[in-house]
Amino acid sequence: MTADPTATEARYSGRRVRRVEDARLLTGHGTFVDDVSLPGMLHACFVRSPLARAAILEIDASAALALPGVHHVFTAADLNPGVHEQWHTSLGPKMPETPRPPLAEGEVRFVGDPVALVVARSRYLAEDAAERVEVDYEPLAAVVDYGEAEHAEALVHPSHGSNVIGGFATMPASALDEVFGAAAHVASATIHQQAVTHVPIEARGLVVDYSQATGELTIYASTQTPHEVRLFCSRLLAIPEHHIRVVTRDTGGGFGQKVMVQRDEMCLMLAGPKVGAPLKWVEDRRENLIAGGKSRQEHADVKLAFDADGAIQAAYIDFVQDCGAYPTPWPVGTAASVGMLFPGPYRVPRAGFTVKTLYTNTVGRAPYRGPWQFESLAREVLLDIAARQMGMDPVELRRRNLLRRDELPYANQNGMTYDNVTPLETFEQALEMLDYPAFRAEQAEARRAGRYLGVGLGNYVEPSTPGQGYYGTEAATIRIEPSGRVNVYVAGGSSGNSIETTVVQLAADALGVKIEDVHTIQGDTAVTGFGAGTAGSRSASMTAGAVRETAKVLRERLLAVAAHVLKAPVDDVELAESRARVRGEPDRGITLKELADIAYFKTRKLPPEVPAGLEASARYTAEVQTIWVNATHLCTCEVDMATGQVKLLRYIVSEDCGPMINPSVVEGQIAGGTVQGIGGVLYEHLAYDEDGNPLTTTFMDYLLPTATEVPRIEYGHIETPSPGPGGYKGVGEGGAIGAPPAVVNAVADALSPFGVTITRLPLSPARIVELIEGR
Amino acid sequence: MGEVPVKLTVNGRPTEAEVEPRMTLADFLRETCRLTGTHLGCEHGVCGACTVLVDGAAVRACLVFAVQVEGAEITTIEGIASPDGELSPVQSAFRECHGLQCGFCTPGFIVSVTAFLRDHPSPTDDEIREALAGNLCRCTGYQGIFDAVRRAADAAGRERS
Repeated sequence: MTADPTATEARYSGRRVRRVEDARLLTGHGTFVDDVSLPGMLHACFVRSPLARAAILEIDASAALALPGVHHVFTAADLNPGVHEQWHTSLGPKMPETPRPPLAEGEVRFVGDPVALVVARSRYLAEDAAERVEVDYEPLAAVVDYGEAEHAEALVHPSHGSNVIGGFATMPASALDEVFGAAAHVASATIHQQAVTHVPIEARGLVVDYSQATGELTIYASTQTPHEVRLFCSRLLAIPEHHIRVVTRDTGGGFGQKVMVQRDEMCLMLAGPKVGAPLKWVEDRRENLIAGGKSRQEHADVKLAFDADGAIQAAYIDFVQDCGAYPTPWPVGTAASVGMLFPGPYRVPRAGFTVKTLYTNTVGRAPYRGPWQFESLAREVLLDIAARQMGMDPVELRRRNLLRRDELPYANQNGMTYDNVTPLETFEQALEMLDYPAFRAEQAEARRAGRYLGVGLGNYVEPSTPGQGYYGTEAATIRIEPSGRVNVYVAGGSSGNSIETTVVQLAADALGVKIEDVHTIQGDTAVTGFGAGTAGSRSASMTAGAVRETAKVLRERLLAVAAHVLKAPVDDVELAESRARVRGEPDRGITLKELADIAYFKTRKLPPEVPAGLEASARYTAEVQTIWVNATHLCTCEVDMATGQVKLLRYIVSEDCGPMINPSVVEGQIAGGTVQGIGGVLYEHLAYDEDGNPLTTTFMDYLLPTATEVPRIEYGHIETPSPGPGGYKGVGEGGAIGAPPAVVNAVADALSPFGVTITRLPLSPARIVELIEGR
Repeated sequence: MGEVPVKLTVNGRPTEAEVEPRMTLADFLRETCRLTGTHLGCEHGVCGACTVLVDGAAVRACLVFAVQVEGAEITTIEGIASPDGELSPVQSAFRECHGLQCGFCTPGFIVSVTAFLRDHPSPTDDEIREALAGNLCRCTGYQGIFDAVRRAADAAGRERS
């Protein structure tokens, strides 16, 4: 990063600036997709499969269509032929993708598979009608357990020829036999993680408004990626991209579920132009839990070799993942990253991996906050198992193997090169915050009193801000309006991550204007440049780059005009608090309002080389391929031996996300992800029975953490700048990566007097009692 | 399905409408009254996003039919701030403490907490956590929400003393 000599001093970045989103959200005046109501709007409801796998013999919609107020019942024959092209921009058209018929065609492949789309005057009527659509199914053998998928006779997608979607390997496990054979100690385990799902509190939804007269299509979407919704839709329907406008004001959480267009949304895009009126679909919670997409559900054989002093000699992971019937997107790339990241922030001289992804007759996989986080879970849990077996303290074992700053950049053996990370520093900071020796003493004391406390750790390095292809650029337009007020237009895609506040802070600093003079407009493809939205922990760095590049143009222009008017050398002029002034002469200045007035209306006062107006657009191109982030999660717990209940006592996260634009936003992201990670270990389980029936279709069955279960989270920050704009790093996903191993290890540590080894999630109270009882 | 008349007061405004008996209070508020701040997160009474005050009591609007609240006084999230737009102490505390991120669950929390603090002006930390357990949030990990309730309670306590 080169220092910009004209840059003004940061006044707002780094501070806990109050969020600009809050005024509308606190008072009930946000605009979520279900709040959009258009004249004459119709409502859609899906008919979904009640069977995991079945042939569709016949669909009889006559009873449904006979209900007054019911306009259409679309089936695959009506909608599917409308598909022109169907691929996600981040992957391109050439990937070996899963066939994704919008509505099930010939066969249903999971409970919840959309079979028909009912359109009616109200959602109530649409639901009534959906119940009257008679579908004649012939049940077929379903592939439910992914452990049996590879060799099952039944095929989820016969056209694919196998239930193995794909895989990747650097080397077979046997290639490291010699190292493992010669090692002083080898630890191995098969570690399982159960299926969980994203659960944004606002489920998915879309309003599609097509104008026959103009051929223009407006989509109101609950999405993390408005521009991708537009681009995808333009290909799907063969409508020119500039005839589609996607508008997203507020999105009620996404966590990855709203990154990519799924089959349900495709149906709405296809149906919208056929119904002659705006069409709304907002799914209910049951639909979201059975059809919104799952994640996790995977296992691996993992092993680590150590020398006699506990130094890691080799690491291997053989990873298998359940991707359901319709994974979005193609899952093999993400699965490979589990292998690539498995060595983690440690010195691992030899390593390799195998990954395999499988189809099953369950809901499709969708990327969820830290989609590759299994690498951290498996590695950190195995490190604790190894420490216990070697009679070493798990802290000491990690301390010996963690990468030091002087070893960076460090190329791990599985294909990742880390830099600008501080794994040893966050580790030591977290331990100090806890006072680890004091906790161990307290634990020993408690055990003597018959109470079982435990402490657990999780270290990770995470690739944020992908810097290539679809993700590699981000645009901003800044308009300093004639009154001197500033509007900043960026693609957005905020789903709770405060990008509006972030942009306002960054733009105010970059232009030297008061924060109350800056407003931002996001999520509307009609007025913002293309951007890849909220994904990959990219928003902070990429948006900072976009604002920086654009503000630079306007700042130079403002300084040139001010210098001309003030008759001062341009190098002596500075911008601060919505005013240009001559350095050292505070009274010799001109306000932004006056500069704008000149730029728009008194253009003869402009210096000859400066154009009229104060508008600029620019596009930032990522400076590096990956911005690395790291953190240590450390928690303590008490396990109730009788009930199996886990109570988290202290929870510490020490992270290095570089300089913070807004510490409240950073901590909020960490906390949210951490609690999702805790939920994934202790409470959440998207369970199916052996016939493929989903068992958790309400919030009575799918248990989310509530305020009574979550611990107070304590934050430690280490600040190492990235090579990207402002030195910022991504922090959106890490909490969900670091929490699971820390919680598992804490429970395992508490149960260590019972000789328990934990290798399977979730850790429900019943499961913990079983473990204690040796079952 | 036949419609029946319903007459009630919403945020101080007398309201009359003809509705289907099966229309939930939440849909009545959102669709008939166009008060879309009352959000639906589960429609089975667990997430608490649709919480409104019915004659002062915090009620899940997805579990009540509009016709059941005939004659009642309803307060929705739109009626919590003062008429001139000044945030209530609970709303301000959520803002100060980063008690919201995506904001979808927020109206339910604000309404629930408003009723809770009215009835429990000096709550303990455990009472606060217990009170919050009826509302689900997926963004904040409840950290800022807990802080906001503590702050609002403490501020009200200082004002009383």
